[in-house]
Amino acid sequence: MKALRNWIDKQKPQFEKGGKLHMFKSVFGGFETFLFVPNHTTKIGSHVRDYTDLKRTMSMVVLALIPALLVGMYNIGYQHNLAVGATASFMETFFYGFLRVLPAIIVSYGVGLGVEFVTAQLKGHEIHEGFLVSGLLIPMVMPVNTPLWMIAVSVAFSVVFCKEVFGGTGMNIWNPALVARAFLFFAYPSQMSGESVWVSLGGEKAIDAFSGATPLAKAAEAVTTGTLDLGNFSPMDAFLGFIPGSIGETSTLAILIGAVILIWTGIGSWKIMVSTVLGASFVGILMNLFGSNPYMTDMPFWYHFIIGGFAFGAVFMATDPVSAAQTEKGKWYYGFIIGVLAVIIRVMNPAYPEGMMLAILLMNTFAPLIDHGVVSGNIKRRLKRAKA
Amino acid sequence: MSNVIKLKKGLNIPLQGEAEKTMKKASPSQTYAIKPTDFPGLTPKLSVKEGATVKAGSPLFYDKSNPEVKFTSPVSGEVVAVVRGERRRILEVVVKADNEIVYEEFQKGSPSSLKREEIKESLLTSGLWPMLKMRPYGIVARPADTPKDIFISCFDSAPLASDYEFVLAEEQKHFQVGIDALSKLTDGSVHLGLPADSSNKMFGAIQGVKTTKFSGPHPAGNVGVQIAHISPINKGDIYWTIAPQDVVNIGRLFEKGIYDAKRVIALTGSPLKSPEYVETLIGANISSVMQESIDAENNRIISGDVLTGTQVEIDGHMSFYSNQVTILPEGNYYEMFGWALPGLGKFSPSRTFFSWLGSKARKFTMDTNFHGEERAFVVTGEYEKVLPMDILPVQLFKSILVNDIDKMEQLGIYEVIEEDIALCEYVCTSKIDIQKILRDGINTMIKELG
Repeated sequence: MKALRNWIDKQKPQFEKGGKLHMFKSVFGGFETFLFVPNHTTKIGSHVRDYTDLKRTMSMVVLALIPALLVGMYNIGYQHNLAVGATASFMETFFYGFLRVLPAIIVSYGVGLGVEFVTAQLKGHEIHEGFLVSGLLIPMVMPVNTPLWMIAVSVAFSVVFCKEVFGGTGMNIWNPALVARAFLFFAYPSQMSGESVWVSLGGEKAIDAFSGATPLAKAAEAVTTGTLDLGNFSPMDAFLGFIPGSIGETSTLAILIGAVILIWTGIGSWKIMVSTVLGASFVGILMNLFGSNPYMTDMPFWYHFIIGGFAFGAVFMATDPVSAAQTEKGKWYYGFIIGVLAVIIRVMNPAYPEGMMLAILLMNTFAPLIDHGVVSGNIKRRLKRAKA
Repeated sequence: MSNVIKLKKGLNIPLQGEAEKTMKKASPSQTYAIKPTDFPGLTPKLSVKEGATVKAGSPLFYDKSNPEVKFTSPVSGEVVAVVRGERRRILEVVVKADNEIVYEEFQKGSPSSLKREEIKESLLTSGLWPMLKMRPYGIVARPADTPKDIFISCFDSAPLASDYEFVLAEEQKHFQVGIDALSKLTDGSVHLGLPADSSNKMFGAIQGVKTTKFSGPHPAGNVGVQIAHISPINKGDIYWTIAPQDVVNIGRLFEKGIYDAKRVIALTGSPLKSPEYVETLIGANISSVMQESIDAENNRIISGDVLTGTQVEIDGHMSFYSNQVTILPEGNYYEMFGWALPGLGKFSPSRTFFSWLGSKARKFTMDTNFHGEERAFVVTGEYEKVLPMDILPVQLFKSILVNDIDKMEQLGIYEVIEEDIALCEYVCTSKIDIQKILRDGINTMIKELG
């Protein structure tokens, strides 16, 4: 450890201004601060500072994502076995999924961090931590059969056009992971939906009875067919995560573990999570009571929480502090409307079986408006007090 | 009867090194200094030159924009140095003390028989006036104003702060005289903020005041927070605030007719073997205050508390308003994977480090490491948890950053000074220097609106 520190101190002058490797200063700084918390001390203001920094915060979010990722990997193997009619041990099943997902994660981090490093160097600032989370979120919201080049393109698009052009970490309007997902969804619709993208066959032939449709897509069919049929999945399967879907979004249980981590550490806003569920319940119950088709009336409202990307979106996407409402009161409105819109888009618009992505992106757009309302309220209260 | 206001938001930082309740007399300090930099916004004009002899209570410098506001010497002796910094800004006026203090004589008398103008005059000439601070802005009160009310917080909730009930246990009489004098300065009332969880033997017996009790974590003891819950500051309102020890100094002025700059200081911090209280005078040399030798290379000496205090050298001097010295280990080290380790010994209000596994009563050693690098605002809601006021902190700070005076006013810049939002700076994940941002905003307000 000491030796490593000494070695870094020795290399440092080359990256300073005038050194021959100055052009890699940000990259060097990024690796240095990754290895060592810097020796900076407080200069002005408070002499003690909290140990928490953005690296810690972001790594906690990554930690919270791990349960959903692991179950997702297992589920890919599990769905594969179902599709080809094979039997395999627990480890074989997991390992199959692990091998399918790992390249996507590597490509996502590789491309994203590459873009980050280049922009940091061009702008002459330090490398910011935002992509630590986005880099894992992006593969987790993709169908397993998404080609790697598409992941690369979507990551590059989202980091450049959703984040860097706005000024980098902390400045973006929309959640970068969702923008990557939406970009692929609209640019390559055929590769991002349908029945063949959710289950990895791995070159083998599917058995006859196999259908790769997600419960969400099956539910949407109810509007045209007139009967609700979610396929061969029990609610328990959906809760535990053994249904087709995007890599990390299937297991509500694993996502709940992540939610507990986020809330307990104080990183994720429980207000947004709770209000999103409340919003969805509100519309879901209304539809259950007064609905006009089987999707509305026959599917209990709480099914929305366990199928599709609702839980994942509510816990990991809607709570992104940069793109969400920033005032504490605003968070209640923001989450509630996301829940309402997600269910409405799912049920009323059969072209988009998954409403969560669009609902969150839409509310990202309107979050500043919600905050503006809350801020005006605060100002009015103060003016009223002055007059009294 | 006083009512209790319960504050939920805030944070007590569990630092190690609280002062034992034992009082020592400091060895007489060789030098004393008054530092113009302790008074934000002040442009000092010297009243004396190097080499002049002064008595305790003789003016050293005065305020350029309010010449009647004088800053006087706490001891008699010789002015040995006027320390200047960049652009000849005066940093310190240092007085070498005589062995026996000779006092300027001021008018004695019971404040209840004196008129407002006479009391003002006494405070101004004796140099006790700067103990009165004005809200908004947290600057020295302006003699031309009449404050709506005067607020005194009788407890300090900052990390390792002095216990005033202990410090002033024997000073009830002087405190009462000080209060009598202050109540002449306002048409409104003198408010005392008391801690709800204490016996308040001394402060509870004071006459002629309105009392309100406060419970909750820091910053419940901040006078700004207390004002916000009793009578929040609106545009145009002027309140004055003063610290309890200074009220006693005022009382002594009227009782004895001298400027007795007595100040009890809590010596605190984890590097000290026996943290305790010492009695000295305002502006004393740090080395005379310290009761044990400390390793000044690897420790930081702070005049004040860890959130708002000023760093001083071992041969430097106490700040005017400080009643506490905190020693903090310097954090100029690298820590390998520090952001990734479990962090059992790292206290954090967010539970991102596993220090929450331990007992709640546990105290921690902390140092001055920055624990990261500055970033843009990312995490939301963390400032709100430590600010028990109806203020939207992030929006206020952003309005200051874009220099939008209307918005600053609308979002409540009049209601806060640095100490009130110091915890926001402590908890900030993005390591933003919030106290400086706020002071810049306040300076803008003073410049634009006066």
